[in-house]
Formats: sequence, structure tokens, C-alpha cells
Amino acid sequence: MNKIFNINSALTIFIKDFRSELRTRYALNALIMFVITTLAIILFAVANETPSIEISAGILWIVIFFSAMSGMARTFVSEEERGTVMTLHLIAKPSTVFFGKLLFNLILLFLMNIFTVVLYLILIPSFIIKSYDIFLLTIFLGTIGLSAASTIIAAIIAKSNTKGTLYPVLSFPILLPLLMIVIKSTKSALEGIEIAKAMGDFQVMIAYFVVITAVSYLLFDYVWKD
Amino acid sequence: MVFKIILGIGLTLVIIAGIALPMVSNPSSFFELPVVPGLEDKARIIFFHVPTAWVCVIAFITSLIYGIQYLRTKEILYDIKSVTAAGLGFLFCILATVTGAIWSKFTWGAFWNWDPRQTSIFVLLLIYGAYFALRSSIEVEEKRASLSAVYSIIAGLTVPFFIFIIPRIVSSLHPDPIINPQGKIHMNPTMLVIFLSSLTGFTAVYYWMFNLRVRFSKLLYQQQMKEQE
Amino acid sequence: MDIKLEVQNIKKIFNGRKIFSDINFQLENKSALAITGRNGSGKSTLVKILAGVLSPTNGQVDFYLNGKSIDLQNRYQYFGFVAPYLQMYDEFTAMENLELFARIRNIEVDKDYIDLLLKRVNLYERKDSYVREYSSGMKQRLKYAFALLHKPPLLILDEPRSNLDAEGISVVYQIIQEQKQSGCVVVATNDSEDIQFCNQEIDLNQFRNIAK
Ligand SMILES: Nc1ncnc2c1ncn2[C@@H]1O[C@H](COP(=O)(O)OP(=O)(O)O)[C@@H](O)[C@H]1O
Ligand SMILES: [Mg+2]
Repeated sequence: MNKIFNINSALTIFIKDFRSELRTRYALNALIMFVITTLAIILFAVANETPSIEISAGILWIVIFFSAMSGMARTFVSEEERGTVMTLHLIAKPSTVFFGKLLFNLILLFLMNIFTVVLYLILIPSFIIKSYDIFLLTIFLGTIGLSAASTIIAAIIAKSNTKGTLYPVLSFPILLPLLMIVIKSTKSALEGIEIAKAMGDFQVMIAYFVVITAVSYLLFDYVWKD
Repeated sequence: MVFKIILGIGLTLVIIAGIALPMVSNPSSFFELPVVPGLEDKARIIFFHVPTAWVCVIAFITSLIYGIQYLRTKEILYDIKSVTAAGLGFLFCILATVTGAIWSKFTWGAFWNWDPRQTSIFVLLLIYGAYFALRSSIEVEEKRASLSAVYSIIAGLTVPFFIFIIPRIVSSLHPDPIINPQGKIHMNPTMLVIFLSSLTGFTAVYYWMFNLRVRFSKLLYQQQMKEQE
Repeated sequence: MDIKLEVQNIKKIFNGRKIFSDINFQLENKSALAITGRNGSGKSTLVKILAGVLSPTNGQVDFYLNGKSIDLQNRYQYFGFVAPYLQMYDEFTAMENLELFARIRNIEVDKDYIDLLLKRVNLYERKDSYVREYSSGMKQRLKYAFALLHKPPLLILDEPRSNLDAEGISVVYQIIQEQKQSGCVVVATNDSEDIQFCNQEIDLNQFRNIAK
């Protein structure tokens, strides 16, 4: 493993970002407010209607997608804006930096998704999960896939001029296959399908995570280095 | 020059044949096409729509390969080729989407149905759009070249996922009688010849446009280099 | 430790504009190289390429440690780098910065050594202040502690005296001389005074390698 990247160093990069986040609260506060605002808008829009299974599964992932888009570019953009990219270059291998950032985005997205799902369950009464195993696995695999793809795209857009607007534009086509399959799988969880029947979907999600992570690892050098 | 003349005459013939040859239920002579049940004259789109979609995919792959070449060699010429292919791909992608949508309106009653193949072409359009948006927001040429190459590799790798995912979610509306998953082709020899000629012709047009534009961009680049000297 | 830096046919193009090409030189143990040239001649660009943070358009930089070639990815362990455009983390204190860097480098966090470094660059009293509260000269001093943290055999300095006062400059000159005893130094500068310790010079105005 140390050949690919250094685990201790990657962990320290994660810890650095985490401490920096605690001190500046740049992403966290904005993210929490983003989730709350989006859910509030949805509640107003839905009013007293009961959304169908398809719609409520879709909306959940729309909220997750856009929250991710508002918070996950931060790790790379902040290094670029502060001019600390070179500093990181001088103290760690590119792959170590990538995995440190990936870990940070993973944890951030997990926390955010737990928050979103809990709020969603409380606020949307028609969102009743029948197969918890499918649902939890979907959230887990969806989160890691989403973090992997959004981390490498974040590294790309950090080098561009129009960082914020470009992020969802570049991410959406990459994330679309994942979004399609997690929405389908969430629907299965709401319909109460047996987990054995959802295995194919999970395999696709795992494959997606593995492919994106592997290609990010291979190409990160070209992105990271000027 | 000879190439261009042959190409011009060939494609004209293909267009005339594709539009004008009569469709009969039991084609007996070489200038008759079979009737496709349920589609009738609307089946003629296969001569024009499928080749545009085909070129769109070819261009995407070409752009991807030149992108990889750029990353390996850092030769700006590969980036010029990569972006030229992508530009043409974008053009043909729009053509394929528009011809498809018009046809879809007359056949299935709506311009857009989220049929798997419509979804795939839509995704390709999004990727091309994102690719050019990315390029226009990076100033340093070399950085632009490597970042857009990386992006198209990542995008190219996610496209195959649709092949596994879409059938799990929806079933296709695309006409099976002509092209189907089993790979059987229900065309009579005449139809097949026109179809294949059209495919070849469109690919040749793409190839010609590609070379022309690469030459143009190269000259532009060289001139820009000279001015700086 | 025996080190060697070998630069072959380096060329860099920015936006289709050639900054320099055909740069060739070798740097061996116990020597100091000066990179000179007017503003915009590409001193910083060359230095970044040497440090491995920027890739050249053509050519390559090889680095050998005790005769063994070290690949590009692992060179950061042996290089120290100081430049005006280098940034520390503003939201952490000087001490926290250095501790973080040591951990990310995956080397032992030697508090005594860090204290020693901070005393040397005269920041010890302010080691627990946030870097954002530092003056630009103090930041520059901190960068020297950053560069020496892992005791690198090769020290690369871009404009070594920028923002420094007389006392700071003399510390820097001391550092350069000591480094020359144990390893190599590369100094990119416009200042004739900075060059006095160097035994090799590359003048980017002429793209030439002049041996002194
Ligand atoms: N990121 C960049 N994009 C485009 N041009 C650059 C960039 N960085 C440096 N340059 C160009 O490279 C040349 C050399 O710059 P630099 O190495 O900083 O010079 P020096 O350090 O000798 O003053 C300059 O002409 C500058 O315009
Ligand atoms: Mg400079």
C-alpha cells in the first residue's frame, strides 16, 4: 500500500483539512444550511401531496447531488486559492494528497448524507423504507462513488477560472450512471424488494467506485502538476 | 481532389437512393427496398441518422485517443487533433440528436422519450458540452490540454456503465426490426448497400473535415508562434 | 550522502511561448548553483521544474542519491524549497504548521529540532501565533524552517532574501554556506551578493551554462 500512497501522510492531510474546517467552518455551515433550505423548498412544493415512490427517491438524490456540488470542491479549491498547492507538492506524493482529499470528502459526504436522510425521513412521511438493508447499502455505496467522482472533478475545476459554476457541469455526466442506479435501488428499498434481487445494482455501484478511484489515481498526477 | 469528387458523387447517390427508392412489400428487383412493418417511409432515417450517431462515437473515441497521446508526449499537436475531433463529434452529436428527435416525434409521438439510445446521445452531448466549458475556462494552453484530456478519459470510462445500467432501468423503444441486440440485420441487399455506403460516406466526410480543420489549426498555431518570436 | 542532479535538454513552453530550451547541467555534491537572468527570463520556472512541482515540456531532470536514481514521486523527501510564492497555512500557528509538515512527510516530529530551527530564524517567541498574523518577512523566515525540517541534501532557493531584513539575510547566507558543506544549493536570484557562494552559474538571458 505504501508504494501507491502513504497511509499515515494521507491521514494527516485529512486531519489537517478537518482541523482547518473546524477553525474556518467554511464548508460545514454552508452545507448544513444548504440541505435545510433545499428540503424546505421541497416541502413547500410538495405541500399536502403524497409524492410517489419514484419521485421521493429521485428528490432525495437530487438533494444529495446538489449538496455535494456545493461542498466537495472546497478541499482542492481552498488549496488553489491560498496558493498552498506547491507546499503540498513539496511534502507529499501526488497520490497521497489525492487519497487524503478523498478521505476528507468521503467523511464530509457521509456526515452530510446521514443528516439529509434523517431530515428526509422525518419531514417526508410518505418516504417509508421497507428494506433497510438495501437502503443502507445504497446510501453507503452511493456515498463512496459520489465522493470518488467528485474528488477528481474537484481537482480539475480547481485549476480553472470558473470553479463554482463548472463543477456541477463537469460532474453531472460522470455521476449520471451512478445516480440512475442509486435512484433505482432506493426505489427498490421503498418497494420492499428482497436484497438478493438488488445485488446486481450493488455490483454496478462497486464497479463504478473501483473504476473511478483507479483512473483518478492514475491520472491525478497530470491534474495536480502544473 | 479525386477523393473529394468521388466522395461528393457517392454521397449524392446515397442520398438520392435513400430518399427515392420505392419501398414495396416484396422487393424483387435491386432498386426496391423492403417495407419495415410499422415504420414504412419513416424507416429511411436509418440511412442518415445512424451514420451521424456513428460518426459522433468515432469522433469521441478519436478525441480520447489523441488526448491520451497528448498526456504521454506533451506535443500540442495532439491536443489540436483531440479538440478538432471533439468539435466535429459535438456537431454530429447535435445532428444525431435533432434528426432523432424529429423522427421520434412522428413515430412515438414525442420529441423526447428517454429511450436508452436517446439517453446515451444526451449524455454524450453533456460530456461534449462540459468538455468545451472546461476548455474555455483554462488560460494556459498546456494545462488546458492535459486537463481536458483527463476529463475526456474519465468521461469515456463512465459511458460503458450506461450499457449495464440502462437495460436495468428501462426498455428500448428503438426499432428492433432493423437493428436489434441479437445483431441480426433485417435488410435486403440493396438497403444494406445504401446503409453501408452512407456509413462509409459519413465517416469519409468526417475524416476530410478533420484533416482540413487540423491543417487550419496547425497553421494558425504556427503563425501565432512566429509572431511571438 | 552523495547526491547528483542531472538536467538534460529542458524546455518549457507556456501558452505556446518558449521560455527556454536546451538547458543542460549537472550539479554534484558540495556545490552551489546560481540561476540568474532578468525578470521574466524563467528563473522561477526552472527552479520549479528542478523541484518537480512543474513538468517541463521536454527533457528530464534526474536525481541520484548515493548513485541510486530517485523517481520523481519520491524526490520531495530530499528537496528543500523556499520561494516568495510559497505559502504556509494561515489558519495554523507556525509550530502547528511545522508539526503538520513533519507528519505529512511521515518523519519523526522532533520538537527539539523544530525549536532549534525556529530559534535559528528568530521566530521562537512567536511560534504560537497564527501565520496570518505574521509579517511577510516573518513568513519568509518560517519558510526556511519549513525547508530545513527534513534535513534535505538539496536546497532550492528562489529569491532567497525577499522581504528579509539585514539580520535575516545573514542567517540565510549562513544557511547557504552550511548547506554547501553537506549537500547542494540552487539559488535563483538577481542579486550579485547572493551569487558569491556559488561555484556554477546559469544565465537564462543567454540560455547558457557558464562554469566559473
Ligand atoms: N502560469 C503561467 N502562465 C503563463 N505564463 C507564465 C506562467 N508562469 C510564468 N509564466 C511566464 O514565464 C516567464 C518566466 O516567468 P518566471 O519563471 O516567473 O520568471 P523569473 O522568475 O525569471 O522572473 C514569464 O514570461 C511569465 O510570463
Ligand atoms: Mg521569479
